[in-house]
Amino acid sequence: MTDQSVAAVSLTGVDKTFDAGRAGAVTALSGIDLAVAPGEFVSLIGPSGCGKSTLMRLVADLERPSAGTISVFGKSAHQARLDQDYGIAFQAAGLLPWRSVRANVELPLQVHGMGRAGRAARADELLELVGLAEFAGHRPDQLSGGMQQRVAIARALAERPRLLLMDEPFGALDEMTRERMQGELVRLSTQTGCAVIFVTHSIPEAVYLSDRVVVMSPRPGRISAVVPIELSDRNEDTREEPGFFAAVTAVREALRARASVELS
Amino acid sequence: MVRLRSVLYGGAALAVILLLWEGYKLVGSPQGWSVNEVRLLPRADDSSMPHVWTVAERFTQPEISAEGSSSVLVAVLRAAWFSFRISLAGWLGGVLVGVALAVLMQRFRTARDALLPYVVISQTVPLVAIAPVVVGWGGQLAVLGQPWQPWMSVAVISGYLAFFPVAVGMLRGLDSPGPAQIALMQAYAASWWQTLVRLRLPASVGHLVPALRLAAAASVIGTIVAEISTGTRGGIGRLIIEYAQAATGDPARPWTAIAGAAALGLVVAALVSALDLALARFNPAGA
Repeated sequence: MTDQSVAAVSLTGVDKTFDAGRAGAVTALSGIDLAVAPGEFVSLIGPSGCGKSTLMRLVADLERPSAGTISVFGKSAHQARLDQDYGIAFQAAGLLPWRSVRANVELPLQVHGMGRAGRAARADELLELVGLAEFAGHRPDQLSGGMQQRVAIARALAERPRLLLMDEPFGALDEMTRERMQGELVRLSTQTGCAVIFVTHSIPEAVYLSDRVVVMSPRPGRISAVVPIELSDRNEDTREEPGFFAAVTAVREALRARASVELS
Repeated sequence: MVRLRSVLYGGAALAVILLLWEGYKLVGSPQGWSVNEVRLLPRADDSSMPHVWTVAERFTQPEISAEGSSSVLVAVLRAAWFSFRISLAGWLGGVLVGVALAVLMQRFRTARDALLPYVVISQTVPLVAIAPVVVGWGGQLAVLGQPWQPWMSVAVISGYLAFFPVAVGMLRGLDSPGPAQIALMQAYAASWWQTLVRLRLPASVGHLVPALRLAAAASVIGTIVAEISTGTRGGIGRLIIEYAQAATGDPARPWTAIAGAAALGLVVAALVSALDLALARFNPAGA
């Protein structure tokens, strides 16, 4: 049951500093406040070094904040990780090359002690969902980059998480594959009702996918603007609609406003 | 297909070596070839380089002229089998210790910092220096109520050489998973043990297999040298020395023991290749 009153993710006053040895401390994130509603799709965009990946890793409890609080479905990020409340995917698909596609999707279920039959059934279901049912027995290196990334997404969805964390999952794909994958991701997030935090470099990608685009700026990493995207349905024509262009312009200007401040 | 081809190539290489041997005997001077008293090419006479067929024939003849003596072939096979079992024990022990050390060093940063230099230093100690120590300590031990056997000292020395490539290769293999794969296991809240079994161990196979080969070679060499330096009877190492002492009167005999040692090395290499095939599932990149 999804409690609509509890935010999927909530960050309050979050700072993150890395100890950089003799160079002293580097402030990666400063004063981050952000709430993501259940089922909401939020993209983090900004230039390299703005801390968008670090922000995602904080939510995933792969890093600990230096200050502030992070809660995921009302729990601490740590507890949410232990409870497998989120699924995660990275730019590198990170499939295990010695495992079949099916066994890769089963990996998180296996780690969490699910039985063989249950795992197989869930993996089949997920591979069906990402359209790779007939590749279940293949090895990852027999698949194209886009297909590998779909396996990684199926794996991220294995535990039926209510939150998906994605760090530039389509960053290494060609433009055509990328647009098709974006369409699939929108379909998957609608179908599963997942909230998504999606880290990207690409403005059109962020606009196409998101309910809100969070624009970040570097040194120190912080949120400089939040652009709500009001597009009705996502389909193949969405990228040619005036509303889409308007939103792209809005995000670009938010990014550029920060850049000009940086330069002056 | 690949295996058939490698067997053919192996056979061809052996034939080339035998042809070179006979070819040199044909053209080489019986006195060898020396520059300023330094001999650069060996003597080609029959007592220094017996014919290939003489050596082959020697295998079929009795070991010594005494009544009831078994053939050289039987003696060499018996000695090679003795050394093979010791090598296997040394190899197994070395692999177990090497893997255990690698896992320990991967798990604990302190263990890595403390142990890795000694793992490397261990291999710079000459074998002849450890042999008496092992024999001395072994003599004061009893395993499961059984007194220490001389072959156990040899196996320990063999294992001492075999563990090194395994420890180093295995450590590299355990460290090989990329940051995305490590982060993934962390995100699954996988325990250290689960990460080891599901990720690090299978990822290490590609590094482990060549290490197992090196360990096999090291364990055979270790066994032969340790047999000689501990004076253990019954193995091929001792046989090489014994037969070499008979070289003046019986020049073909030492070569039978050397051929036996080479055959032992080949058998062990073939066994590791079989192991490689069994592990191929985890090693899609390597062949």
